[in-house]
Amino acid sequence: MSEHTHDHEPITSSGEPAAAARARALEELLVHKGVLRAEEIRVGIDWLVSRTPADGARLVARAWVDPEFKRRLLADARAAALELGLDPGPSPVVVALENTETVHHMVVCTLCSCYPRALLGPPPAWYKSLPYRSRAVSDPRGVLAEFGLELGDEVELRVLDSTADIRYLVIPRRPPGTDELSEEQLAALVTRDSMIGVTQPAAPALA
Amino acid sequence: MGRTMTYRVGDRVTVAARAHRGHHRTPSYIKGKTGRIERVHAAFRNPETCAYGDEGLPEMPLYLVSFARSELWPDTDGTRAHRVYVDVFEHWLEEAK
Repeated sequence: MSEHTHDHEPITSSGEPAAAARARALEELLVHKGVLRAEEIRVGIDWLVSRTPADGARLVARAWVDPEFKRRLLADARAAALELGLDPGPSPVVVALENTETVHHMVVCTLCSCYPRALLGPPPAWYKSLPYRSRAVSDPRGVLAEFGLELGDEVELRVLDSTADIRYLVIPRRPPGTDELSEEQLAALVTRDSMIGVTQPAAPALA
Repeated sequence: MGRTMTYRVGDRVTVAARAHRGHHRTPSYIKGKTGRIERVHAAFRNPETCAYGDEGLPEMPLYLVSFARSELWPDTDGTRAHRVYVDVFEHWLEEAK
């Protein structure tokens, strides 16, 4: 254990979380070995934290008001995002899934935390938690109930486990009573969680 | 892409039950389970070799496979059905018997 051949500061438990310390050590190694430059890491992190669910919400709101756009979004979400001037991110394939009266989709990554970050921003902490990742596939109706979403038994429930290169984005159902709203007002109702498929969009404020 | 995709939408497939030392993207809860091809995505670099600095070639066909709740969790209450849809690489799939 202590047969060291290199020098470094004494390793102490400084209060830094173990995962953060591990990430920092990895970063230092990658830079040291010339795999990545520090500048590339900074640019990458800046891009990740600059993303927000507002981009996904624009896609959904456009799909709600424009059936032809919805058709294109369902056929190729990456191309549809580019059409609106949005950055669909590095994933070669983004798949949009439409929730209807009879079919409900929700998304999980049981192996880690794969997520359509380009269109939704960083995933929430619960999305990365072990309880969500295990229960979403074994007891999804129980999970949805805890999010306040009770699905009728007649609704077909599909849980997407994004294990590979594909990123999944849920198109939630348009809330009732929103016929008069503009596309921009509709986008404001489209929450992050509704695009993961664990809640419905926000209800419109009473006029 | 250019790679032949062996399976088609609707085909019934079984996930290989083998262990794999090292990084792979086939979750254990679907190993040995039978499901249905829902989408034929495309071919992608193989994460099992990419993870170790390799190019991940040849690219491997990737499918969206759905599994019934009763197939994955036979001991749980059957009245509240759902299906789980998982992206699985072709070398983990075989035709269901």
